[in-house]
Amino acid sequence: MTEQYKITEHKFDAIVVGAGGAGLRATMGLATKGLKTACITKVFPTRSHTVAAQGGMSASLGNMGEDDWRWHMYDTIKGSDWLGDQDAIEYMCREAVPSVVELEHYGVPFSRTEDGKIYQRPFGGMTTNYGEGTAQRTCAAADRTGHAILHTLYQQSLKHDASFFIEYFAIDLVMEDGECKGVLAWNLADGTLHLFRGHAVILATGGYGRAYFSCTSAHTCTGDGNAMVLRAGLPLQDMEFVQFHPTGIYGAGCLITEGVRGEGGFLTNSKGERFMERYAPNAKDLASRDVVSRSMTIEIREGRGVGEENDHIHLHLEHLGAEVINKRLPGIAESAEIFAGVDVAKEPIPVLPTVHYNMGGIPTNYHGEVVNKAGDDPDKVVPGLFAIGEAACVSVHGANRLGSNSLLDLIVFGRAVADRCAEVIKPGQSHSELPKDALDASLANLDATRYAQGDIKTADLRLEMQKIMQNNAAVFRTGEVLQEGCEKITATAAKIGQVNVSDTSMVWNTDLVETLELQNLMLQAKVTMFSAENRKESRGAHAREDFPDRNDDEWMKHTLAYIDDSGQVAFDYRPVHMYTLTDECEVIPPKQRVY
Amino acid sequence: MAEFRLPKNSRVKKGKHYPAKGGSNLTTFKVYRWSPDDGENPRTDTYEVDMDNCGPMVLDALIKIKDEIDSTVTFRRSCREGICGSCAMNINGTNTLACTTSAKGFKGKEVAIYPLPHMEVIKDLVPDLSHFYAQYASIKPWMQTDSVPLPDKERLQSIEDREKLDGLYECILCACCQTSCPSYWWNGDRYLGPAVLLQSYRWLADSRDEYTGERLEDLEDPFKVYRCHTIMNCANTCPKGLNPGKAIGEIKKMIAERHAL
Repeated sequence: MTEQYKITEHKFDAIVVGAGGAGLRATMGLATKGLKTACITKVFPTRSHTVAAQGGMSASLGNMGEDDWRWHMYDTIKGSDWLGDQDAIEYMCREAVPSVVELEHYGVPFSRTEDGKIYQRPFGGMTTNYGEGTAQRTCAAADRTGHAILHTLYQQSLKHDASFFIEYFAIDLVMEDGECKGVLAWNLADGTLHLFRGHAVILATGGYGRAYFSCTSAHTCTGDGNAMVLRAGLPLQDMEFVQFHPTGIYGAGCLITEGVRGEGGFLTNSKGERFMERYAPNAKDLASRDVVSRSMTIEIREGRGVGEENDHIHLHLEHLGAEVINKRLPGIAESAEIFAGVDVAKEPIPVLPTVHYNMGGIPTNYHGEVVNKAGDDPDKVVPGLFAIGEAACVSVHGANRLGSNSLLDLIVFGRAVADRCAEVIKPGQSHSELPKDALDASLANLDATRYAQGDIKTADLRLEMQKIMQNNAAVFRTGEVLQEGCEKITATAAKIGQVNVSDTSMVWNTDLVETLELQNLMLQAKVTMFSAENRKESRGAHAREDFPDRNDDEWMKHTLAYIDDSGQVAFDYRPVHMYTLTDECEVIPPKQRVY
Repeated sequence: MAEFRLPKNSRVKKGKHYPAKGGSNLTTFKVYRWSPDDGENPRTDTYEVDMDNCGPMVLDALIKIKDEIDSTVTFRRSCREGICGSCAMNINGTNTLACTTSAKGFKGKEVAIYPLPHMEVIKDLVPDLSHFYAQYASIKPWMQTDSVPLPDKERLQSIEDREKLDGLYECILCACCQTSCPSYWWNGDRYLGPAVLLQSYRWLADSRDEYTGERLEDLEDPFKVYRCHTIMNCANTCPKGLNPGKAIGEIKKMIAERHAL
């Protein structure tokens, strides 16, 4: 096999896989620290899905009124429904302030206040004084904050002269005795294969929204890093927690930012009622996303949806006036017109809860080091392997992420992983010899997939998987539906060997890319469905109708899901970190979560 | 009269025809195909798509073609909402994003899809954009300052100064304008082109950047800026409604004013 495919070897200190917000922040950080760094990415950096983030990035700057990182920490823990690790959450909320200031210094074109500071808007679940008031904490560049940040980070990476390998598709991790030694990747432009050796391999490969039929995620959000980790025999954590964003455009699925509600927009049902007042009397439309998505789903279920089929909800911003719309929300005005044919100054936007974010992912500590459970040690570091961003489960978002904590997560942990690598890696260390068969399994799969002559179209099998996920692992779940989901997804996953790939070229073969991505999605779909069936309680985004309450005694723990040699899903657990990093804040004990 | 034709190996031939298997609302997509592997000439393949069973955008139709008719059709795509810039291509003669272009309303229900013009083609609708990206890097598109800001405070910028970046920072680097510019077709090796100059002006217009003089000096050259002849294809074609031609005008004005000092 290795003879058939010639492989070019590259030696670096650190390899970053993915060039979204987390990957780029890590890449520029590593380059600044003098480590020889390669960033491998399947799309040109500014095409990564961070570019589509709209509303903003949270940080308790206090530009719009008093704020404190401890309040932000409280909100995040409550938002996580007490599944978040409190040491990591403390780290993130504390580091938010220097992280966002740094971005401003790099040139991010943030919107401004009258006195020239960074403009901050209200967002769901963000409060002052431990739940008392509404915080304006979300730093915004109009409604294009992700775009502004991603472009700035790419510009900084150019400044610091990191090595980019653009439109290279990462195939597999190269592991030896439980240690990560590098990554195998395929250069789409000329069809060559490359082995990247690094003392640190940092996965920044994003989420896997495309496992579902309707999502706000880009076509490229296939969670390739997550799947590589499963294939390496390592676990994914908390995969049952999938966030549905309340306001995806009905039909198209494109995102309409929560910032719309932050700026004063609201939801109505077919009676014209502002129904969120009933479900969340204090926070109303700015309750956290899981709460709003469930409320919308109940309204639709009980026959109060809007439209001909009573199957969606209206989002209003007509009352905000042209100035607020033009200044603060110009991008969504454009999207609503293109994808819903709606003039937001005159009519409401038709919206529906839509798959948006994966709280689950590769378990790490707050340095970004990948951890696994080994014997009694639940936090055993996997040498050489790191994960950041949506691919990682630190876990700062627990069972439900707050809006604008995602851009924050990318930047804070992108930065942290670069600092950690600079501590543990000396520049220019030599690389050990790999065993001759180190790449055999990966190459065999690549070759078999390239020449796959089955009778199922990749697109058909993908659709089958997406529909199962959409129907059987939705906003509300029951044991029965999830068990059926497990059976169905197992049967669908078993057909992966029967696909057909008709393009056999190695140059820009997107038929093969999509099939490899489907292999990746399928593993994650399976793990998600089984993890959801396994967790017998309701917490955050995981709402079980047969177990409607949170059960802290039995379930305040992280799920670890492995795929064993026979392809079965196996479970283990890690405790939630109920401790802080410093004595500057206190542990927030679990209590009832109401908004 | 002299007649010019493309060299033999570049002539676009008529390719395969994939008729629809039914449906009443058919649109015909003629898609440029070329593979580096087989030594064949480029061709246009014709696909008939029933738009009653397809999403509304050209990208939806291309994906439907790839999913259901011919999985070898190759194009870039990602966000499908007009913000990542991946699916820039030439659709019925206009450079634009396939994901935000409605597939309805084209004359005769015929849509011709080609890669962005005047770029080397890697495969089908995938052009090589590496020269464009290198030109982008050449203008140092990052904040340059000598003053050191306080580490725990943002630099201040007034609302008015921030507004000067509107219409500039929104660029998605899709290269639609760049590859629509006849001047760039001729002098793309040395003329920076509308997209890169728009980015250049984005930094000249930023009140926080302190290297205006150096940036203008770098641009002063017979080719980098002055090959813009205000043809304005750039502004016409920009899928985000930006106006690179105006930004280039502003650069020329800044250079002139600098000399007048």
